[in-house]
Amino acid sequence: MKYQSQAVAKPYFIAAIGLFVGQILFGLILGLQYVWGDFLFPEIPFNVARMVHTNLLIVWLLFGFMGAAYYMVPEETETELHSPKLALVLFWVFLVAGALTVLGYLLVPYATLAEMTGNSILPTMGREFLEQPTITTIGIVVVALGFLYNISLTVLKGRKTVISWILLLGLWGLAVMFLFSFYNPDNLVLDKYYWWWVVHLWVEGVWELIMASIMAFILIKVTGVDREVIEKWLYVIIAMALITGIIGTGHHYYWIGTPEYWQWWGSLFSALEPLPFFMMVIFAFNMINQRRRDHPNKPATLWAMGTAVMAFLGAGVWGFMHTLAPVNYYTHGTQITAAHGHMAFYGAYAMIVLAIISYAMPILRGREAANSVKSQVLEMWAFWLMTVSMVFITLFLTGAGILQVWLQRVSDTPMSFMVAQDRIAIFYWMREVSGTVFLIGLVLYIWSFFVGGEERKLVPMAGGVGAASSPAMRRVD
Amino acid sequence: MSGSFTKTMARNIFYGGSVFFILLFLALTFDTSKALPQRDNRAVITEQVARGKMVWEENNCIGCHTLLGEGAYFAPELGNVYKRYGNSKEAIIGFIKSRPKEGIPGRRSMPQFNLSDDDLNALADFLKYTSEINTANWPPNIQG
Repeated sequence: MKYQSQAVAKPYFIAAIGLFVGQILFGLILGLQYVWGDFLFPEIPFNVARMVHTNLLIVWLLFGFMGAAYYMVPEETETELHSPKLALVLFWVFLVAGALTVLGYLLVPYATLAEMTGNSILPTMGREFLEQPTITTIGIVVVALGFLYNISLTVLKGRKTVISWILLLGLWGLAVMFLFSFYNPDNLVLDKYYWWWVVHLWVEGVWELIMASIMAFILIKVTGVDREVIEKWLYVIIAMALITGIIGTGHHYYWIGTPEYWQWWGSLFSALEPLPFFMMVIFAFNMINQRRRDHPNKPATLWAMGTAVMAFLGAGVWGFMHTLAPVNYYTHGTQITAAHGHMAFYGAYAMIVLAIISYAMPILRGREAANSVKSQVLEMWAFWLMTVSMVFITLFLTGAGILQVWLQRVSDTPMSFMVAQDRIAIFYWMREVSGTVFLIGLVLYIWSFFVGGEERKLVPMAGGVGAASSPAMRRVD
Repeated sequence: MSGSFTKTMARNIFYGGSVFFILLFLALTFDTSKALPQRDNRAVITEQVARGKMVWEENNCIGCHTLLGEGAYFAPELGNVYKRYGNSKEAIIGFIKSRPKEGIPGRRSMPQFNLSDDDLNALADFLKYTSEINTANWPPNIQG
């Protein structure tokens, strides 16, 4: 660790992993409820389990992003964090608030929770992903502001790099767009229109800035490629992300009461949304090919490459599959959406957080650069188990979705929703099996933190692969 | 990337492109807000409908159902349920009221929410209002 204050990232990463486990356990409950309808009913109905599953996802990713920022920013700015103490206080505030919210979901009926937390004063609850009680929503804003204050002051007093600047821009964007969750008009169309300003402009907007800057940071560290090259790529990728993604919001405005011209704007621009993800694949592989060192932390490089590929498949390819308006007319709100959501979130956001954890955690735990070979092998097993099972989850949900669309919407004798669901149950069973394999991968992942052995040491740059085949590879353009 | 394409150029594309498309998005949003009154059925949003939306939200209906295709995919689409139930508020209310408290063995079942008659009425009014929003002919058929 180059700077003492980077240490505050550690509790954030540990919390992220802990909440990730919770998310997966509730995912398995949900998957089972799809085929065993009254599993845990009425104690934990589907809607409650789903709320826990999706909210834990968001919260653990936020913990991951904050941990990433606390780790990266001191190193990028070459200065200590403005206030490590504030970072630790906010950590506990966020963790306790998050835990209380989840307990609220599980222990009392949602309507009671709404009443207890005074939802009628400023109604924000009961909208997908924004189910948090209003008081939690306010708490999130407070934590985010404290966090941004801390990070911004650190960036201002230190060395300015493109990576820390883009990260900061993404994090500010995240906080600003979240404010739209307080806008909940009686008019359903307006409600939905601006709800997407939180949801879409997060995941297909500002979050991509955060993701790309974390990726750039990791690639600089593990490849030793010149910063100038990496930063140019970073600019091009995020330019493409925002140029396609902002108007790409239109692919949510086809069927919710908004004017029909959105079918053109949305189709055209969101069809281009795979581009930044494709460029990220080229970027990651190119940088690794041009590496000037062989970094001893193999899993970190693997996660970085994996993120690029899986984000391209999940967000890019699976997104494109149903983004054109004439296709979306049939697929909107089916298991196709679920398939895309799973692979995109895992590929783009879960994996980038796991990548920075993989890179930073050994150092935060006092190692020079990497874990022992044994631990690394286990982590790479976890990578493959989780990633391959996510591919299968996505494929099975896609199969379910195609059949659902056919049975319920396309065939000459359309079935009702519930009858169609019964017909496609086999796909849900196979999804649940894949989900179980994912959990096994996650258990191995956690286990890898407890495997000891002799740590792998950093090889000096001069002895690295790149140096041997330089100077051709030392491109500084 | 080649040497003639500099980091400064990349940076300018990022800032220029972002600002341009943010402005375009705001312009489209402005135009959409002007077009919405003809499409979003706002004329019928009474206090009753607003209360119905609140009932919808405070019972987390979106956690299982979709509404205009958005939400969870565990239970039927409800944007057009008013029409699917033969333009009948009573049928909607009757269905919600009749859900067994302990569920149905082995099958998915909607929980019994014990809603008051006023809340049920408001919720049905909200779903009627929703079914009359101009959604560009979505869903493809009455099954949702």
